[in-house]
Amino acid sequence: MKKKSLRKNGSSWLMLLPLYIFTLLFVLGPLVYMVVLSFKMRADVWGVLDIFTLSNYKNIFEPVYLNTFLQSFKLAFTSTVLIALIGYPFGYFMAKLSAAWKKRMMIVLMIPFWTNSLIRLYGWIIIFRANGSLDKILMGTGITSAPLKLLYTYPAVVVGMVYALLQFMILAVYSSAEKMDWSLVEAARDLGATSWKAFTSVTLKMTLPGLMSGIILTFIPSMGLFFIADILGGNKVVLVGSLIQDQLMKAHNWPFAAALSVVLMIMTTLMISLYKKLTNTTELEGLL
Amino acid sequence: MAETILKLDHITKTFGDTQVLSDINLEVQRGEFITLLGSSGCGKTTTLRIIAGLETPDGGTVMLGGKDVTNEEPNKRNVNTVFQSYALFPHMTVAQNVAYSLKLKKVDKATIQKEVASVLTLVQLEGYDDRMPSELSGGQRQRVAIARAIVNKPHVLLLDEPLGALDLQLRRQMQLELKHLQKKLDMTFIYITHDQEEALNMSTRIAVMRDGLFEQIGTAAEIYNRPKTAYVAKFVGSANIVNGVVKAQNGSALTVEVAGGEAEAFAFDEKYEGGQKICLAVRSEHVLIHHCENEPQGLCAVVTEKSFAGGMLRIVFKLEDGTTLVASRHGIDIDFSVGDKACVGWAAENAVPVEADE
Repeated sequence: MKKKSLRKNGSSWLMLLPLYIFTLLFVLGPLVYMVVLSFKMRADVWGVLDIFTLSNYKNIFEPVYLNTFLQSFKLAFTSTVLIALIGYPFGYFMAKLSAAWKKRMMIVLMIPFWTNSLIRLYGWIIIFRANGSLDKILMGTGITSAPLKLLYTYPAVVVGMVYALLQFMILAVYSSAEKMDWSLVEAARDLGATSWKAFTSVTLKMTLPGLMSGIILTFIPSMGLFFIADILGGNKVVLVGSLIQDQLMKAHNWPFAAALSVVLMIMTTLMISLYKKLTNTTELEGLL
Repeated sequence: MAETILKLDHITKTFGDTQVLSDINLEVQRGEFITLLGSSGCGKTTTLRIIAGLETPDGGTVMLGGKDVTNEEPNKRNVNTVFQSYALFPHMTVAQNVAYSLKLKKVDKATIQKEVASVLTLVQLEGYDDRMPSELSGGQRQRVAIARAIVNKPHVLLLDEPLGALDLQLRRQMQLELKHLQKKLDMTFIYITHDQEEALNMSTRIAVMRDGLFEQIGTAAEIYNRPKTAYVAKFVGSANIVNGVVKAQNGSALTVEVAGGEAEAFAFDEKYEGGQKICLAVRSEHVLIHHCENEPQGLCAVVTEKSFAGGMLRIVFKLEDGTTLVASRHGIDIDFSVGDKACVGWAAENAVPVEADE
């Protein structure tokens, strides 16, 4: 009753006004601008010409750019699979800890966020570079005899991706495992399921929304985290994210950068709608 | 000769510093309806979980159908549980929930379909096959939980306060249905409740539990008419507990000095000496009330409270030594008001000696 009367005299609409303005200004505005930009033509020296063209989108189908998309996909896929394999058990077992230990683990997970991610990435350079920490340990213990030269390789980029995005998977899985009613597992066991069967038929199904949102939260950023590819992959691994950044900052081809962004965004949207269809939920577990 | 289907032998269990089960011994015959009755925290759920295999006892053995299953995993035991929270799989339909255990046993599809249909009929849920648990009412979920647990035809069905979440009317109805179901299936039921009325209503035998021990095990009539301890007498049917001193014993007739007066009691086969302290249990409906002026007999008391609840009038008296005594009567009023003096007493056969509470 109270809500209705509020709505009638319009004060709730007024209260929401800042939100609308904010959304218009900072979300919808840039988005529309980007889409419009993607159909314009690049000026010869600097800026954009107000001429409608589809050439930016046609450009994407050139083999070199298509290949970048493919490589990004491959890297995102590899990283996501690894992240899921490490993050799922982590989040699952974390949800089974006592309340005190949950808190402690949460702090352990949060501490890295207090340091700038770029600086943490430089840490990996120290580990990976020739005669770096990793080589010293491996050679010191006699496991390898020569430097591995891991820095600026594909595996180094994968490790960087896993490192940067693992928390998201852990937290997503944790939040759905936390909410789970463990008596369901007991019921399954009671009804004759082995612990593995109870896991696959009940626990996994119940934590699937967490796992799926973890996958989305890691897959999508890993297509675009260009600085990881740049720092740990040198120029050997070029991702869509790096491509967009290069086109924008170095080649000054804003319309093409915009077109690339639009395509990336459409793919992301498709993935999220696929997620919704698969899990029947409207929100992303854990973080969104 | 009845066949022992389940035997708990000196079961103990500790969680951290708390001794939850001290020494649990129980033998259950095939086809029995046994109720574990006790207040919350007495260890009844732990006992059930140990039978189901969801908990391992620290000591003692669990024998099921003549086989030692103490360390057997829950999926290897022919025992199924109806959980207090029902624990229905929310991502499965009613039919899939019920079929779960049969599927695990790799029963063929046609048989599964037939079995599921027949138990759903048994619990009066025909036509609900394709519903999701979230679309059902509390009572319907309860029925699914029961169907899921009995479809496997377990040796023993464990029910952990299954009616706790239902309203009173539905509870009464489900009590009857469960009782009928148990007879029809000729299945052994072990039932947990803290509701003494439920226990008295349904069980062939009741085990009254307290602080990790069985205080008394017996039929409903035994527990009600001949409670062994003051705790049982108070918990089942909330009897009055009166302390006294034995004056004389003549066979089963006891004369006891109570609160400055004299009363009679009934000894079954116990022997008492004069001067021995004794504890008597007297049901409230057995307390007799007289006007002192008319028939000055029994114990002197003052009415301190009068209330009407659930078809019964409840009158509280204070005896001369401060003991409170509750009497109950059918009807809506009695010609005593608060502050009135009264003479109270009881017939000898309605006062039963019980072990005092430590």
